[in-house]
Amino acid sequence: MTVIEDPAAPIAIPTRDEAKIARRERLRLLGRSPTFVLGSLLLGVWVVCAIFGTLIAPHDPSADDVLNKLAAPSADHLFGSDRLGRDVLSRVIVGAREILITAPLATILGTVVGTAIGLVTGYYRGLVDEVVMRVVDAMLAVPVIVLALLAIVALGPSRVTLVLVIGTVFGMIIAKTVRAAVLSERELEYVQAARLRNERSPYILFAEILPNVMGPIVVEFTVRLGYAIFTIATLAFLGFGADPSIPDWGHDISEHYQFISAGVWWAVLFPSLAIATLIIGINLMADAIAQTFER
Amino acid sequence: MARFLLKRLGLAAITLFLLSVIVFVGASILPGNVARRILGPFADQAAVDALNERLGTDRSLLTQYWDWISGFFQGDLGDSHALNVPVSELIGNALGNSVKLAVFAFVLVVPLAIFGGVVAALRRDTLTDRVVTIGGLTLSVVPEFVSGIILILVFGLWLDVLPVSARAPAGSGFLTQLEYLLLPALTLVVLLFGYIARITRAGAIEALDADYTRTAVLKGLPRRTVIRRHVLRNSLLPTIAVVATQTGYLIGGLVVIETLFNYPGLGRLIFTAATQKDLPVLESAVLIVGIVFLVAMLLADLAYSLLNPRIRHAGAE
Repeated sequence: MTVIEDPAAPIAIPTRDEAKIARRERLRLLGRSPTFVLGSLLLGVWVVCAIFGTLIAPHDPSADDVLNKLAAPSADHLFGSDRLGRDVLSRVIVGAREILITAPLATILGTVVGTAIGLVTGYYRGLVDEVVMRVVDAMLAVPVIVLALLAIVALGPSRVTLVLVIGTVFGMIIAKTVRAAVLSERELEYVQAARLRNERSPYILFAEILPNVMGPIVVEFTVRLGYAIFTIATLAFLGFGADPSIPDWGHDISEHYQFISAGVWWAVLFPSLAIATLIIGINLMADAIAQTFER
Repeated sequence: MARFLLKRLGLAAITLFLLSVIVFVGASILPGNVARRILGPFADQAAVDALNERLGTDRSLLTQYWDWISGFFQGDLGDSHALNVPVSELIGNALGNSVKLAVFAFVLVVPLAIFGGVVAALRRDTLTDRVVTIGGLTLSVVPEFVSGIILILVFGLWLDVLPVSARAPAGSGFLTQLEYLLLPALTLVVLLFGYIARITRAGAIEALDADYTRTAVLKGLPRRTVIRRHVLRNSLLPTIAVVATQTGYLIGGLVVIETLFNYPGLGRLIFTAATQKDLPVLESAVLIVGIVFLVAMLLADLAYSLLNPRIRHAGAE
């Protein structure tokens, strides 16, 4: 945000220093929030696994061991082994990588697209707004997972399809949130002032309004990141993941839940807990971030 | 009131039309032609052309769309490419089963979540409140197949008290059927509890802080009466709205839960149609899902305006 020296500018605009102070204050609050600290610890563990997975893993996650199929947890295989004798612990550690690449990419795509659509439709209103919002409503009448299934059947499963589909659907949802925020911002004095100063529309949209709706966007981003992981893991469980040869929690669970009745709990429990802790971690962070913006 | 509902109905119709176009176009960008996909790469070209003609897939997209959508509203959804039976029959049976499961889940979750929400509001900022709000939300963000698997492990394997499959043996009584439906229904309860409880809590807190509640307390009404007549009633309004919007999550959840528990509902039908690339089934099932969601939203609007005289009389938005 630029410092505005114009004497006609309303005092309500926070100067750069004030914005910085507000941001620092929020960070301080986050550091003291137990939910945020717990959430980032959980996420941190999985980020470390995603980056250094192959170095930490005690075994090769793809190495079969036919003599040790579905072996219960032991000193050598802490989490047991799966139907091909692969080490479950290693697969859980390495499995973090794939989802922590696709989910953030899809969320970033959704946030950028959604913010752009929300800013434009909320600021200009009119026919474009009306049409875009109807299309958004139509798409949101069907659950994300069903839309994703339809799109993957049509386009074929791949990492690109996954990111594009989830990014697009999340873009719609984020567009609605951003639009709602822009609708109330555009009536405020600083926007009127910018218009009177004859600023160009792109400048008003991105330099004036955007910084002031960053709060909802940041909150949406964290919440959507959790849902992106939710959706991608679910699609992998349903057999529509990007690549079955890469260790993946959802896919591993779908391959082993038929063995539950035979008493094989380790091959499904540990990947399940991995997905749960990752998503819960991100949502705890999202909850804490939302609270700092509500103050 | 009538104008308000008419406007909502009109919007829903437009939304539905757009959805049908999106679904149809989405399904039509599938590369390759339909008959070739069914018959395989080695089939005779003449046979492929003949099948395309029989299925009508050699005509323009606009004709095909019109055929599909006009048939849809006459109850004729065409035949499944994979199973060779009418789509309407498949969807009808599946929808019935899904409704059974969904109703059972709602019967369990709504009273539970309202109770949880009101208790959390009455004990605001205590440990109970935290457990209900943070715990509930935490559970609802975990994917259904994860919570379903954990429920299966706990109740089906370790405690061994509930059946793992959702399908009761043929001819079993109502209670046995419910017993088989309990685990999948509980998975839905875990998914939905957090949101509903959170909204009820917010509504209850607003009602607790309202002047009319203070008046009721000050005029000496017993606490129970105040909570039942003033707090609970007012916190139910937002709850109704959120229950309707949850239908969307519910159907998304059904795809996974019915697959996990091997239950022959709409969700599993969508899943099998997707794995078999059975587009006639997939298209119509997705549209049905959209209709169910929009009808639920309309019913919510209706219930909301009937219960809240302020909306009924204001008429507009």
